[in-house]
Amino acid sequence: MAGSTLEIKDLHVSIDDKEILKGVNLTVKGGEFHAVMGPNGTGKSTLASAIMGHPKYEVTSGSILLDGEDVLEMEVDERAQAGLFLAMQYPSEISGVTNSDFLRSSINARREEGDEISLMKFIKEMDASMDYLEMDKNMAQRYLNEGFSGGEKKRNEILQLMMLKPAIGILDEIDSGLDIDALKVVSKGINKLRSETFGCLMITHYQRLLDYITPDYVHVMMQGRVVKSGGPELAQRLEAEGYDWIKKELGIEEETVEQNA
Amino acid sequence: MTVDTKLPYEKDYVSKFSEKRNEPEWMKSLRLQALELTETLPMPKPDKTNITKWNFSKFDHDVSGQEISSLEELPEDIKVFLDMENKNGNLVIQRNESVAYKSLDASLQEKGVILTDLQSAIQEHSELVQRYFMKDAVSIDENRLTALHTALMNGGVFVYVPKNVVVEEPLQAIFWQEDPKVGSFNHVIVVAEENSSVTYVENYISHNQDEEAVANIVTEVIAHDNASVSFGAVDNFAKGTTVYVNRRGIAYRDAKIEWALGQMNDGNTASENITHLIGDNSVSQAKAVTVGRGNQIQNLTAKIVNFGLNSDGYILQHGVMKDSASSVFNGIGKIEHGASKSNAEQESRVLMLSKDARGDANPILLIDEDDVTAGHAASVGRVDPIQLYYLMSRGISKQEAERLIIHGFLAPVVNEIPIQSVKDQLTKVIEGKVN
Ligand SMILES: Nc1ncnc2c1ncn2[C@@H]1O[C@H](COP(=O)(O)OP(=O)(O)OP(=O)(O)O)[C@@H](O)[C@H]1O
Ligand SMILES: [Mg+2]
Repeated sequence: MAGSTLEIKDLHVSIDDKEILKGVNLTVKGGEFHAVMGPNGTGKSTLASAIMGHPKYEVTSGSILLDGEDVLEMEVDERAQAGLFLAMQYPSEISGVTNSDFLRSSINARREEGDEISLMKFIKEMDASMDYLEMDKNMAQRYLNEGFSGGEKKRNEILQLMMLKPAIGILDEIDSGLDIDALKVVSKGINKLRSETFGCLMITHYQRLLDYITPDYVHVMMQGRVVKSGGPELAQRLEAEGYDWIKKELGIEEETVEQNA
Repeated sequence: MTVDTKLPYEKDYVSKFSEKRNEPEWMKSLRLQALELTETLPMPKPDKTNITKWNFSKFDHDVSGQEISSLEELPEDIKVFLDMENKNGNLVIQRNESVAYKSLDASLQEKGVILTDLQSAIQEHSELVQRYFMKDAVSIDENRLTALHTALMNGGVFVYVPKNVVVEEPLQAIFWQEDPKVGSFNHVIVVAEENSSVTYVENYISHNQDEEAVANIVTEVIAHDNASVSFGAVDNFAKGTTVYVNRRGIAYRDAKIEWALGQMNDGNTASENITHLIGDNSVSQAKAVTVGRGNQIQNLTAKIVNFGLNSDGYILQHGVMKDSASSVFNGIGKIEHGASKSNAEQESRVLMLSKDARGDANPILLIDEDDVTAGHAASVGRVDPIQLYYLMSRGISKQEAERLIIHGFLAPVVNEIPIQSVKDQLTKVIEGKVN
């Protein structure tokens, strides 16, 4: 089976009537790893949220297609069922719902009624994935993200990613808040998914994540647009020199979305 | 035309009803005395809810039900409340106003434990019932409904645990209002003598959707010195039943009364659960959960009054309101003068799932003594759309996401319920109400 293709075309997104994304174009195919970088406040999380269907973000024009299907027509759960996954920059805490009940519901949501995953099989898979991510087994019975440390939340996002096996994974700053060992473990988890049937879009500020997960493409966002794309060498240059050279090259003074170019 | 507040049942009817049941004179005269009071007493006035237009007069009285020879005969929606695998040997099933099934472990019988329908108890333990019926806990003249309850009492159970007896297995009563119009005037008495301990669980079930009926229930729990009563209830009256339920506890020295109430009715409900901590060092915990749906209105009052020194009261109630359901949670902690070193804590939380749902948490602390501790927490809120988004972003449907959030919201109360069977029942009933 070939992988899926996520196509973002001329995407404009507003929040509270303020335009944040001003025409993003990006295509992610199965087997490809894309890194999205860019200074703070340039619209990276907005892009991720708009793809997933966050209720606060309004797509004003442009399109998002997954294998030709109109993602913007889909409810949030339908987007997930179609193969999209977003590891969030700030995952929600949900009291009273155990991590394991949540994960089991997520898995069963993808299966037909009557074909739910058996409890035994689920526990086995969950145990294996938690082992792989070196997570404390108690996390399974704790309430979803409640009181999790920053790093624990990120690890928990990757646990979900590993167990749900989406066609396209979007990872929003999965490396932030992770200590060095955790970064290695999380990267190992993500790399395990590398295959022709998995495409990935990683939002990050740091080369160190890309040291572990080598991207095929690197994109830079500024002012709500992708302003530059390249290969892994682009990230290395950003790490060494920062963003000034790109701004100079493109004649940008203020990189955030505040200023209209 | 004026509103007809007159009751459909006359003195003559009540006398005959009592005679037909072969009741002792004290019971009959109490009924008649109560009937007279119904003409003058005011209706109860739950804080913040007007119940004057609710149906408390339209119902059938004196409706019998058939016995069953085995629990297997019960319909599925009744079996849900039974542990069919480890059959509970301590059980009374009331069908309409008749006893359909009754059993009590022989070893408990030998120890003098009583678990029987109230009608039999009045025959067999007349003095004991007379000692407690509408005496220390609820009185007949509290309001029109308690008086009416006494006049028309037509069912219920009597639980008695003698001194020093510890009942390990829960005692259970199921009140099955099979007839869609039958009025339930059930009276439950639980008496735990000194140093005894018992767990009692009850369930009310009716099925009437469009036909109207009334439940007017009084429950009296008496925990004598150093006794412990764990009282669990999962109420399941259907939409057509208007419910007034008054559950009262009296705790003497070193006694403990734990309430675990699943307020799962579908019709209008006024519930008051009041405990008087009379004795020094007495303790009560009142935990309740509710799921409101349709356009039902509920007023749920939990109140603990500290009289004894060093007495301790804790109220915990969580409710979820769906559709255009509305509910008021009154949490009242009252510390009387002289009850020094006492504690009154309460927490009420309401989650509203739809824009038409209404919830109100109304915490009240009334403190008449200096040397005490007290605290309350209350919140009323709506489902966080970002939480829903997070759950749905994993492929979970909106309905399933709400289901998870509801269970999660009620979990802190459900998990704290000390009776496993009530916990299990609640989980099932909540599941049924959420979908
Ligand atoms: N509710 C809001 N109202 C107004 N502006 C908003 C709102 N939410 C986000 N923004 C703005 O949108 C812009 C883009 O935010 P976004 O979160 O997409 O940035 P980002 O590139 O992910 O930044 P970072 O690297 O810091 O995570 C920011 O300027 C932010 O302040
Ligand atoms: Mg961001």
